[in-house]
Amino acid sequence: MKPLLEVEDLKVAFDTPGGRVEAVRGVSFTLGRERLGIVGESGSGKTMTGRAILRLVQPPGRVTAKRLAFDGRDLLSLPERGMRALRGRRLAMVMQDPKYSLNPVMTVGRQLTEGLRRRDRLSAGAARRRAVAMLEAVQIRDPERVMGAYPHELSGGMGQRVMIAMMLIPEPDLLIADEPTSALDVTVEAEVLRILDGLVRERGLGLIFISHDLPLVARFCDRVLVMYAGRVVESLAASELEQARHPYTRGLLRCLPAVGGPRGPLPTLRRDPGWAE
Amino acid sequence: MPSRGGLIGRRARGLAGLAATLAATFLGLLFVTFVIGRVIPIDPVLAIVGERATAEQYAAARHALGLDRSLLVQFGLYLRDVLSGDLGTSTLTAHPVLEDIGRVFPATLELATIATLVGVLLGVPMGVSAAVRQGRLADQAIRLVGLFGYSMPVFWLGLMGLLLFYGDLGWVGGPGRLDTSFQFVFDLDVPRITGAILIDTALAGAWDVFRNALTHIVLPAGVLGYYSLAYVSRMTRSFMLEQLHQEYVTTARVKGMPEWRVVWVHALGNVLVPLITVIALSYAQLLEGSVLTETVFAWPGLGLYITNALFSGDLSAVMGGTIVVGAAFILLNLLSDLLYRLVDPRAR
Amino acid sequence: MSSATASWRTWLTSRSPRSRRQAWLGQAYLGWLSLLRNPVALLGLAIVLLLVLTAIFAPLLATHDPLAQDLAKRLSPPGTAGHWLGTDEFGRDLWSRMVYGARVTLYIVLLVVATAPVFGLAIGTAAGYFGGLVDVVLMRLTDIFLAFPRLILALAFVAALGPGIGNAVLAIALTAWPPYARVARAETLTVRNSDYIAAEQLQGFGAWRIVTGHVMPLCLSSVIVRITLDMAGIILVAAGLGFLGLGAQPPLPEWGLMISSGRKYLFDQWWVATVPGLAIFVVSLGFNLLGDGLRDVLDPRSASR
Repeated sequence: MKPLLEVEDLKVAFDTPGGRVEAVRGVSFTLGRERLGIVGESGSGKTMTGRAILRLVQPPGRVTAKRLAFDGRDLLSLPERGMRALRGRRLAMVMQDPKYSLNPVMTVGRQLTEGLRRRDRLSAGAARRRAVAMLEAVQIRDPERVMGAYPHELSGGMGQRVMIAMMLIPEPDLLIADEPTSALDVTVEAEVLRILDGLVRERGLGLIFISHDLPLVARFCDRVLVMYAGRVVESLAASELEQARHPYTRGLLRCLPAVGGPRGPLPTLRRDPGWAE
Repeated sequence: MPSRGGLIGRRARGLAGLAATLAATFLGLLFVTFVIGRVIPIDPVLAIVGERATAEQYAAARHALGLDRSLLVQFGLYLRDVLSGDLGTSTLTAHPVLEDIGRVFPATLELATIATLVGVLLGVPMGVSAAVRQGRLADQAIRLVGLFGYSMPVFWLGLMGLLLFYGDLGWVGGPGRLDTSFQFVFDLDVPRITGAILIDTALAGAWDVFRNALTHIVLPAGVLGYYSLAYVSRMTRSFMLEQLHQEYVTTARVKGMPEWRVVWVHALGNVLVPLITVIALSYAQLLEGSVLTETVFAWPGLGLYITNALFSGDLSAVMGGTIVVGAAFILLNLLSDLLYRLVDPRAR
Repeated sequence: MSSATASWRTWLTSRSPRSRRQAWLGQAYLGWLSLLRNPVALLGLAIVLLLVLTAIFAPLLATHDPLAQDLAKRLSPPGTAGHWLGTDEFGRDLWSRMVYGARVTLYIVLLVVATAPVFGLAIGTAAGYFGGLVDVVLMRLTDIFLAFPRLILALAFVAALGPGIGNAVLAIALTAWPPYARVARAETLTVRNSDYIAAEQLQGFGAWRIVTGHVMPLCLSSVIVRITLDMAGIILVAAGLGFLGLGAQPPLPEWGLMISSGRKYLFDQWWVATVPGLAIFVVSLGFNLLGDGLRDVLDPRSASR
């Protein structure tokens, strides 16, 4: 099967007055219609990797790659117009905190139907029906009311479900979920993940799940990339996590408390400057 | 944030709180004008009766002003007068001050309104384009245009405008609202309905007078509009820069929205909220700046009325004008607060 | 020599300063460096320095006595022998009057700066530090003053006090303090609950010492930025009062007043009104450019504004 996404030697660099900062330093992977987790701590370049794929890195950031292709099409040489068409229809991204990622002065309904109306030229009624159906699919009980609400009137969990609905409306082939639950309560987190999981399976999407939470990613994905300081340090199947070889991954795993495990203080991660090389 | 913007700002809870703040501010304004008008002058009586008055006239005026009573009582009387619309009588025109102001204020409002329209219609797009091209040539140029506006005395720019466009080029009309030849027609044939010359002449169908009035208003409105533009474009730019870094802007891009829509609908939609305060403030500053511009352009509005009163020692008229401008400030604040609630769903 | 400079630089840029003075000087040095990288701000600084130098060396720069009348040469155009900027309606040399005008402008600006920010700082820090009723009362007062039209109020003050440069300064200062009070209060609130203030309180230091020793210095950088940005406004208001005849009185060479007298000859002798206006414009622009640059350096949080 032809891969959905091919990434080879992806680099993202920022030229700041204080010098050049490299956020992503040569990341490579391929993705089919599967669920790939990218794990790393803050600043490891995982978010930038996701944004670079969608070509959302704003100047002064610069993106380079030997190959960055979606469905066989080179993304880096694509004109902005073509990229926009891809972003709207085939690529989508769920961001971290619905408090910031939804436009505060637009109703949920307008934000949900905006793409359908502008991009797909649907009539107001048809767009509205699609949006309501999608809200039902993310298990929002009172979609009509939510359509007329403003983002600040929604809870975090509701907001994130609206965000997921908004991104899945055009039925994309690839969804990037960038820490989709880290701003939510633990109780809500499970529910949002269940909904996301259901929709991804049902529609057969490719998924890139970006998180700092290793066990969560392992449970949720087929394959895991571990990033450190802008590089992939380890790539392995989620089921083989226990056999991780890289000291960073092993260190991360050791930091987790386990029920029935020893009661002593958890070991802290000891970093080796060599990992960043 | 604009320095004076937050007065009745977003934190005031509910309309009751708003009303209380307004009342307190108005009371404070009246207290200050009371102190300036009745307490600071060494002898306000003398200012009214003049130096040749007899002792009886002097005593009568002193009693009429209530100056023989305690300050607190005087303030009470002053409040009662002002709140019942009695701002005193102008010694210069011998009319009640409120009546005078009612006659001259429309001319000031007309000028300030047109100038604000110019400032907003040009300043907002300029500020947005500057923010989108942050750091590039267009941004620097727009920034410079704004800074120039912050650095030039309005009366000087007005004079330079007159020198160039009226004196040298003859493109616009000179000082005043009309040429003298049209003044006569205007006085005889055009009924004063709104007091705004462009509207009144249009309503009366006196199109030649209208055209002449237009040539006279272009320059002062352009000069004032430039100041409004400088302020509005600068604030728009900084608000836009703040919004363009927000996540919802990325969301709109992810949805495949074209860049113009991301900027002009999503980001600008959020900028409109704080921009309301800026526009109200800019309007207020134009009203206050009228004391300078109207002197330069011989524009028969409130500013010219106040300055003329100043030079003839007509303190009641000066204080009356101050109260009216202050009240306009407070009303503009109220208006921007109400609009704010209307536009920002979070404030409802 | 060069090794001495190098060691100075190391000392200044040290990441672990040993004393408060070293930390402060290091900050100032870094700020200076970033100001040097901003050519526009440097231009502003140059203009402001030029104003100060002109004011100091006015007697050396002026070619004539600014008050000396020479009616035979009245209203000579620029380029006239001996009067390169021309003369006014009394035959006074415009260049010399402009040079001496720098003194008047600087005098007004310094007087306002010495009063309004100090008063505002006191009100603002007191309101922020003590909180509660003090805060409510002081801030309501500030809000009331903020809501007033500044220029008109200054005008009314002068109308009551009588025209003159001293009264003009007083009127401007009386209307200029509220923004400083706001800035200072906001800054105070951010530091009031910090641990080092709590440490001072635990050591038994009184409110006066904490406010003057710790809170006020922290407000200083935002207040300095505000002052620089306000300076242009103060110059414009002062010139406006002069133009209306309420500020400086003739024959003082105040720029606003000079424009006002040139107004009568605008269409035939344009230079009389144009020259002093250019001076006001350049000086205000200098303060604005410098203020913008200083804000980027001292107050990075609001840099984009």
